[in-house]
Amino acid sequence: MLHFVLRRLVQGFLVVIGVTTTVFVVTRMIGDPVALMLPLSASAAQRAAFAQQIGLDQPIATQFVRFLGDIVAMDFGDSLWQRRPAIDVVFERLPNTLLLISAGLGTAVVLSIPLGAIAALRPGGFVDRLTMSVGLLGLAMPQFWLGLVAIMIFAVTLKWLPTSGMGTAAHLVLPAATLALTPLARFTMMVRAAMIDELNKPYVKTARAKGLGLIRILRVHTLRNILVPFLSISGWELISTLSGYTVVVESVFAWPGLGLTAVQAIQRGDLFLMQAIVFVIAFLIVLIGIVLDILSKAVDPRIELN
Amino acid sequence: MTVPVPTSPAPNVPRISRVPFSELWHDKAAAIGLAFMLLVIFLALFAPLVAPYDPAAQSIAARLRPPVWMARGTWDHLLGTDNLGRDVLSRIIWGSRATLTIGAVTCLLAATLGTVIGLWAGFMGGRTDSILMRLVDIQVSFPGILLILLVVGVLGPGVWTLVAVLSVTNWMVYARLVRGIVSSTRQAPYVEAAEVIGCRPARVIFRHILPNLVSPLLTLAILEFTNIVLAEAAVSFLGFGVQPPATSWGLDVASGRDYLFIAWWLVTFPGLAIVTTVLSINLFANWLRVTTDPEEREKRFARAEAVRRRRAQGRTSA
Amino acid sequence: MTSPLLEIDNLHVCFDTRAGTVQALRGVSLSLAPGETLGIVGESGSGKSVTAQAVMGLIDVPGRISEGEVRWQGRPLAGRNADRDARPVWGKEITMVFQNPMTSLNPLMTVGSQISEVIELHLGLSRPAARRRAAELLSSVGISGAERRLDQYPHEFSGGMRQRVMIAMGIACEPKLLIADEPTTALDVTIQAQILELMAELQEKMGLAIVLITHDLGIVAGLCHRVAVMYAGQIVETGLVDAIFENPLHPYTQGLIRSTPGLDAEEERLTAIEGAPPGLLQPPAGCSFLPRCPIGDKGCEAPQAMRIFETGMVACRKAGVPAWSEAL
Repeated sequence: MLHFVLRRLVQGFLVVIGVTTTVFVVTRMIGDPVALMLPLSASAAQRAAFAQQIGLDQPIATQFVRFLGDIVAMDFGDSLWQRRPAIDVVFERLPNTLLLISAGLGTAVVLSIPLGAIAALRPGGFVDRLTMSVGLLGLAMPQFWLGLVAIMIFAVTLKWLPTSGMGTAAHLVLPAATLALTPLARFTMMVRAAMIDELNKPYVKTARAKGLGLIRILRVHTLRNILVPFLSISGWELISTLSGYTVVVESVFAWPGLGLTAVQAIQRGDLFLMQAIVFVIAFLIVLIGIVLDILSKAVDPRIELN
Repeated sequence: MTVPVPTSPAPNVPRISRVPFSELWHDKAAAIGLAFMLLVIFLALFAPLVAPYDPAAQSIAARLRPPVWMARGTWDHLLGTDNLGRDVLSRIIWGSRATLTIGAVTCLLAATLGTVIGLWAGFMGGRTDSILMRLVDIQVSFPGILLILLVVGVLGPGVWTLVAVLSVTNWMVYARLVRGIVSSTRQAPYVEAAEVIGCRPARVIFRHILPNLVSPLLTLAILEFTNIVLAEAAVSFLGFGVQPPATSWGLDVASGRDYLFIAWWLVTFPGLAIVTTVLSINLFANWLRVTTDPEEREKRFARAEAVRRRRAQGRTSA
Repeated sequence: MTSPLLEIDNLHVCFDTRAGTVQALRGVSLSLAPGETLGIVGESGSGKSVTAQAVMGLIDVPGRISEGEVRWQGRPLAGRNADRDARPVWGKEITMVFQNPMTSLNPLMTVGSQISEVIELHLGLSRPAARRRAAELLSSVGISGAERRLDQYPHEFSGGMRQRVMIAMGIACEPKLLIADEPTTALDVTIQAQILELMAELQEKMGLAIVLITHDLGIVAGLCHRVAVMYAGQIVETGLVDAIFENPLHPYTQGLIRSTPGLDAEEERLTAIEGAPPGLLQPPAGCSFLPRCPIGDKGCEAPQAMRIFETGMVACRKAGVPAWSEAL
C-alpha cells in the first residue's frame, strides 16, 4: 500500500513536472510576459524593471530553476489584476468550483445508476430507447449553449430561477444542472452497456439458478461488478469537469469559481494567476487519480496496487 | 434475408469497406445522421452559392428581425437577423466551414501524430514503448482546456493557434489505439511468420499492420471529430478561438448572448446547428461501430427480436 | 415405480439468430426418478446444456421454448403453460453446478455471502444462522478452515475448490435434484476424480437425484444409473448404463464408445467418428446421424421413431446392428 502510494506520487510528480515545463515553455519561451502583462502605455524603463523583477534577464536555465523553486514554495507571484498573491485568489475561488462540481456530478452519479440499470433490463424497450436518446442528445449539446437556453427558459421566460451569480440555493440549480447533463449522459450509457454485458456473464446464470430475483441480482451482484469501471469513468469525468466544463459553465452563469477566474485572468493578461490555477488543478487531478485507485482496490480485491 | 456476413482474416478487426451499406436504411436514426452529415458538408463546400447573404453584410434597417414564422419575421431572413442586421441563416451556413475545417484539420494532425508515436512505441517495444506510453499517461492527466486557454492567452487567439493546440492535446487517444493494435498484431502468427522469413520491419508495418489500423482509426477519428467540434465551439464561445469578422457557431452564440432577453433566435439557432451536427455524427458513428463488429450485430439482432416478441406477447395477452 | 421427479416432455428450444432459427432441441423427452443419477452425453452443440438450462428456466432471448414442457413433480415448470408459482423450486429443490467454476462465482462477493444468500432466501434463516450453515456446508464439501474461507473471495480459491463451493451452494437447501453441467471439464484430471467422488458421496448421504451432463463416457460409467445419448438436439438412445456400455444399439453410441479410451478393452486403437454433426438451422427430417453412419441407407431419411427395448429406447431402425466392425 505504501509502496503504491509512493509510486503514484512519483507519477504525479512527473505530471506536475510536465505541466511545469509546458507552462514555462509557453509563458517564457514562446510568449513574452512583459508584453502580455504590462499595458501598452508602459515605458521602456518600466518594462525593463518588470523583466528584471520576474527574472527575465537571467539565462533560460536559471529562470527554469527559479521557476521550479517558486512552485515548490507555492509562490506563483502576485496577481496583477487582484494585486495580491495569485495562490490566495485561487484558494478563495476553489471552494465555489468544488461546490458546483459536487452538486453537478453528484446529481449525475445518483441518477445515472438507476437509469442505466433500468434501461439494461429491457434493451430495446421503451425506457432503454428513451435514455439512449436523451443520452445521445446530452452528449451532443455544448454546455455553454445548454446553459444559455436554460437561462432563457427558466430565468427569462418562466422567471423561476435567477439568471446568474451565486448566493442562494436557487442560484446553484441551473449551473449544476447544466454541468450535470453531459456526465449524466455518459454515465448512463456506460452503466447501461456495462450492465448488459454483466448480465450475460456466467455468475449471473448462477445467481438466477439460485432462484434470486432480477432486482436482487442487479442490486447485489452486478452493481458491484460495474462499480470499478464506473469509478474510473467518473474520475475521468471529474477531471474533465475540473479542467474544462467548469470554465464554460461558470462563464455562462457568472459563477465566481476557478473557471471564471481563469477566463478573466487570460482576458487581463494575468499570467501569474493563470499559472497558479493551472498548477492547483494539476495537483487536484493527480490527487483524484490516487484516490480513485485506492477506491477501486477497496471495491475489487483482485486489483493489485503496484 | 441473406446478408453477407463479413469474414476477414483477422476477425476482431472491423473492415469498413465490408460494411453492408444497404443495411443503413433499416436504421433510420443512422440514415438521418448520415444524410445530415452530408448536408452540412455540402453547405460548407458551397456556402457562397447556397447562403442567401454575405455573412458579414450589415443592414441597419433590418436589425434583430425574428424568424419568418414570428409576427415581425420576413421571408427575406428565414432565421432572422442579429443586432447588426446580419442574416442568421447565412452566418450558420458559413459557420459550418469553420467547424468542419477546424475539426477535420485537427483530427488529421492529431491522428497523424498519434499514429506515428503509437507505431513507434508498438513496434519498438521495450524501453521506447514504456517511455512513450508514460508520456501519454502524463499528458492525459494534463488539465486540458485550461492549458489551451493559457496557450491561446499567450499566443493570442486565432484559428491556427487553436488547431495547433487542439492537435497537441488530442493525439494521445490515437497513440494508445495504434500502439495496442500494433503490439497485438505483431504477435499474430502471420506477422511473426513474415519476420521469420526475413521481411524488413518497414515492410511488415506497411503490408501487415497498417491495413488492420485503417478501420479502427477511422471510427475513432469520427468520434473524436465531435469532441473537436464541441471544443472549438466552447473556446470560440469564450472568445479565444475564431475571431470576428470570421464566423463560427460558437462565436455566434457568444455574440447572441447579449440579446438573450430580446432575441432568443441569435443563441438558439447556431447552437442547434452544433447539436444536430454532433448528434448526426454520433448516430452514424455508433451504427458504424456496431455494424463492423459481427458480435455486436448479433446482439443487436437479439435485442430487436426480444422487443418484437414482447410486443407480440403484449398483443395476445391484451 | 415411484412417480417421476422431473419430466421433460417433447421439448423444443430454438434460438433466433441473424442467419435464421437454430433448432437447438428437437423433441427431447426424459424422466427422472427420485434419487436417480442420469448421465446426458453428447458432443458440444448436441443440446445437453440447453436441456439443463431449459429445466432451470435459464433460456433467454434469443432462445425460447417453442414446444413441449418441463414438469417438476407433475407441475409445469417451464414451457408454454409454465406455472409461475413453481418458480421457487429453482435454487431450492432443483439446483445447478456449472461448467466453469472460474467464472460462475461472482468475483466481487465473498464466498460466504454467496452461499448464505441462497440460504437466507430459501430457508429464511437470519444472517448469522445462514453463515453458520455456510461454514458447515464448506466443511461438508471438504474445504478446511471453513470459518476463515467464508470471508475470502473466489480468486483466492483454486479451480477445484471453487467447484466445491459451487457444490456447497448447490446442496445448501437440501435439494431433490442437482444438475451438474460438465462440472469437471475445466479441472485437472486428479481434481476431477475428487469432485466426482464428492458428488457420489453427497448423493448417497442426501439421497438426491443428479443429472450429470458430460461428454466423457468414462464419468458416466463410474457414476450414473442411466444414460441418455444426445445428438443434434435429440436423444438418440437412453437406457441403463451397464446395458448401454455392454450392448450399444445406436450406431452413434457404438461409435462414441469405440472412440473413448479405456472403455472398450478389445479394441486397441481409438477411432474417431468421421464427419461433423449437421447444422441445426435446417436439420434433416430423418436421422441426423445418417451422413456419418456406416450402415445408414435410404430408409433412414424418414423421421425415426423411438423403439422401445427391454433396457431402454433407441431412435434407429437398424438398432443393434454392429455399425463399425467392418469399417476397420
